[in-house]
Amino acid sequence: MVLKRRILLLKTGVWILGFTPLAWVFHRFFLGDGLGVNPIAEAQLWGGLTSLTFLLTTLSITPLRRLTGWNDLQKVRRLVGLFAFFYVTLHFLIWIGLDQFFAWHYILEDIAERPYIMVGFTAFVLLVPVAVTSTKGWIRRLGKRWVTLHRLVYLSALLGVIHFFWITKADDRWPTVALAVWIVLMSLRSVWWLKSRTQPAWAGRRARSVGWFAPSKKGLPGTPERS
Amino acid sequence: MLICTRRPGEGDLPSSEITPYESYLDRRQFLAQSATLAGVAALAPSVLGAAEEQEDERTPYEDITNYNNYYEFGTGKEDPARYSGDFVPLPWTVVVEGECSNPGTFALEDLLKGHEIVEPVYRMRCVEAWSMVIPWRGVRLRDVISRAQPTGNARFVEMTTVVRPAQMPGQRRRILDWPYLEGLRLDEAMNELTILATGIYGKDLLNQNGAPLRLVTPWKYGFKGLKSIVKIRFTSDMPKNTWQMMAANEYGFYANVNPEVDHPRWSQARERRIGEFRRRLTLMFNGYGEQVAHMYRGMDLRKWY
Repeated sequence: MVLKRRILLLKTGVWILGFTPLAWVFHRFFLGDGLGVNPIAEAQLWGGLTSLTFLLTTLSITPLRRLTGWNDLQKVRRLVGLFAFFYVTLHFLIWIGLDQFFAWHYILEDIAERPYIMVGFTAFVLLVPVAVTSTKGWIRRLGKRWVTLHRLVYLSALLGVIHFFWITKADDRWPTVALAVWIVLMSLRSVWWLKSRTQPAWAGRRARSVGWFAPSKKGLPGTPERS
Repeated sequence: MLICTRRPGEGDLPSSEITPYESYLDRRQFLAQSATLAGVAALAPSVLGAAEEQEDERTPYEDITNYNNYYEFGTGKEDPARYSGDFVPLPWTVVVEGECSNPGTFALEDLLKGHEIVEPVYRMRCVEAWSMVIPWRGVRLRDVISRAQPTGNARFVEMTTVVRPAQMPGQRRRILDWPYLEGLRLDEAMNELTILATGIYGKDLLNQNGAPLRLVTPWKYGFKGLKSIVKIRFTSDMPKNTWQMMAANEYGFYANVNPEVDHPRWSQARERRIGEFRRRLTLMFNGYGEQVAHMYRGMDLRKWY
């Protein structure tokens, strides 16, 4: 019961945080500055930044869980990931529907000829199978292949960062921050992966489940103390 | 459509800019058709890409003064309006030097004194594919140049923006290679359209728009119009301009608006006019071909972008 309440609370928090950017942009549009002088460009920028933030947040959940030992995080990983997909889709739809207003000729030309759009579009497309197969049924059906398929998120996030670099004219500060975050998150994964290969299986499993800042030595998932 | 008015009443409009009377009468019908067609635009392949009403309504003052690219004050579009409060545009002096017989350091009043004040309304097309229509006030650059008496060696004009990191927060980081430099070929500088602007909508330029003196070349992308000018130098060699130094494959010296030649990263075929929903087609030389195309006759504009 305690676990359920805790997870419920955490999930509620994620739902609220997940919809905050959307609420904020609606608030700005209807009650604030109407998204400024060039609202469509502003909405595009908002969608892109929010997408990338959520994608990188999704990628940081597993490292965060391992570093802190806060295993409940695993329970909200899918939800955060789906929010990321939600915002990437929104970003894509803003481009199609508002920025281009369904000018298919130009849209297709852009996808085919503009590297930054090609890369951004690919990042979106890669996430579609990931989002679709995020249900319990698909996890069961795909088995081990599910994990491999969902590693597409790593690539998608990287393409998102490249997309961000390529649309920037001069000030690379924020794309650089995004790239640094991606590199840190992937380095942690690589280190853990290498360790798990060089250590006996039981040690690897321990290292994965108990973080450096584990609140309790008994903090293994599934042990009675924590459930 | 008014494009280059001298002053109300004085203007002689190029005939090409005047809407034929029949088209004017058809306008309502055209709009009604557009509205109907827009309904099915989502389904139809977009022949409607340019079906927007092609008028040049003046962009509101609020928009012109709150959406700026002036990296000296920050790279965000609202940064210049937000962070230019400490900038002190007056008193101002401009150095005129190089290949000319009448060089010197001039107080702004003296530089402008005696020249006819013009108030043209120009389209402004940013290289980022958005545009505005701005009623400027200023003097023709050619009047200023004539007084400086360029020598026979002068083939280009190089201009420099002020460097004041204490008053311009964007200059505290090396986003660009300060000072901001721009240049024109002498004939471009002498073109009737080229002005040194001191105001917008009859008011003095605000800091975010390049107070107290900036360049306006309406047939070129906006980045050619350097702001807060402190130096005008006549040269025999083609000067460097900041964006070209930053990325020569993306930004050239000429930077003429050209829907045929894309920026390597994005298309220049269309633009979003500030205040409009649909993109409109970008015009060659931003619609000023009649006044400027002759200067580029025989030039390969793909090479000299």
